[in-house]
Amino acid sequence: MIRDITIGQYYPSNSILHKLDPRVKLVGTILYIVFLFFIQNYYGYIFAAVFLGLIITLSKVPVKFILRGLKAVLFLLLFMVAFNLFFTPGNEAFSFGFIRVTWEGIESAILMGLRLIFLLLGSSIMTFTTTPNQLTDGLEKLMGPLKKIKVPVHEISMMMSIALRFIPILMEETDKIMKAQMARGADFESGGLIKRAKSLIPLLVPLFVSAFRRANDLAMAMEARCYRGGEGRTKMKPLKYAGKDMLAYLILIMYVAGIIAINKYL
Amino acid sequence: MGIIRSENLTFEYIRRDEEGNVESINRAIDHVNIDVQKGDFVAILGHNGSGKSTLAKHINSILVPTEGTMWFKDMNTSDEDKLWDIRQSAGMVFQNPDNQIIATVVEEDVGFGPENLGVPTEDIWRRVEESLNAVGMMEYRTHSPNKLSGGQKQRVAIAGIMAMKPECIVLDEPTAMLDPNGRKEVIRTVKELNEKEKVTVILITHYMEEVISANKVFVMDEGKVVMEGTPKEIFSKVDMLKKYRLDVPQVTELAFELKRSGLSIPEGILSIKELVDAICKL
Repeated sequence: MIRDITIGQYYPSNSILHKLDPRVKLVGTILYIVFLFFIQNYYGYIFAAVFLGLIITLSKVPVKFILRGLKAVLFLLLFMVAFNLFFTPGNEAFSFGFIRVTWEGIESAILMGLRLIFLLLGSSIMTFTTTPNQLTDGLEKLMGPLKKIKVPVHEISMMMSIALRFIPILMEETDKIMKAQMARGADFESGGLIKRAKSLIPLLVPLFVSAFRRANDLAMAMEARCYRGGEGRTKMKPLKYAGKDMLAYLILIMYVAGIIAINKYL
Repeated sequence: MGIIRSENLTFEYIRRDEEGNVESINRAIDHVNIDVQKGDFVAILGHNGSGKSTLAKHINSILVPTEGTMWFKDMNTSDEDKLWDIRQSAGMVFQNPDNQIIATVVEEDVGFGPENLGVPTEDIWRRVEESLNAVGMMEYRTHSPNKLSGGQKQRVAIAGIMAMKPECIVLDEPTAMLDPNGRKEVIRTVKELNEKEKVTVILITHYMEEVISANKVFVMDEGKVVMEGTPKEIFSKVDMLKKYRLDVPQVTELAFELKRSGLSIPEGILSIKELVDAICKL
């Protein structure tokens, strides 16, 4: 089940989007998400959808693969939609017993649902087209100015990239421990919520122990390779803006201007 | 004077309780004197807990001696000012291939060492290509390490060390977690590096077959170096090896047993071919 989650994965391809500077993609995603919440009418949503569609086509990531990512958060999505549907006050559309659905509720449920879907798709497009390392490099570079106020920017990005590297390893390990415990008669599937949570203890304890051991090994291996923090470090793949990145920024500015214009004039 | 020298090297793991009182002292290395020449391929043998890994960690000053001294290229490994020079030229490969690969792409991992050393970008790329070629992993450069086999991961780890242009590589049981094919792959790579690039190799292992490639062997037991010599010399003393709970290669053992039951077969047979030749001469 864990393997079905495609959000946050990288999808290798050589589209123009893959080749963009990660900083552009980061800034773009943030702008896209922020401006989703500024949209005031349906035209805005259509505009955002068209823009997203264009980006998805440019990314060359199969739509099926992208939609599979949505499946993992389907529950959250339905929950949000249902919440909006049933608990928005206003003119009644229809009702069964104590459940009252209002026209305003339907509208806000649709809008909320769309907003969430756009948000998820937008951010997953970024992770599909950017390797974790590029992403952390981009973050490190973007947060660079924070170094002046003593934020350990390099360390944060190093931790993030190591975490990303170890996610699949720890996942595999969880699977292994789970099977080992099941072979010893552990039961992870039956019982109520509390019983199930309790049954996870024999899974979590060995997992933590091994994670600490790995961390210790990794720290030693990093030190053996002369790692001593960000100072004096050079980059194998330094980030440099190219013409296409500038073009991408321009398109982003046009998108933001478009949203503002639609809000104002339509 | 060799590249690695130790004099009365002693290391103790000290366990303390919560108040800081010494609870127990475990002497992992006990007055060890070794001398390794540049370009050597040295194997250090010993069963679990014999102190061989602890000794290896002294070479690039991950651990510093409790007593005695360790010199690497005439730098005292206890000298903190020399720490990074020592670590740059004495690379170390560890046992678990997963826990020493830092990046999510093979080539970026190989570049990690040179990045830390502050090598300029173009140079990093050249070094990465050279070292990936040296270990034969060039075609996997853009792969994710998670999808490689254990042997391939260890070769990537070795490439990561080679990219720092070390004079010496210390391999701490690099094959312990690998299958037989992966083991052969790694040992072949290490041997090639030793022959072609003239890197000094310190191979810590408890697999006897791997020792045959070495030109010098140290056997450790309870923190002491108890035997020292060429693989031939070491393997001619089957009785002694057994005393230190080490298994000799099957051929060597067969030759030893044949000799004991009266056949005139020379001591220290290391390969099937040698044994066949010896038997044919009878």
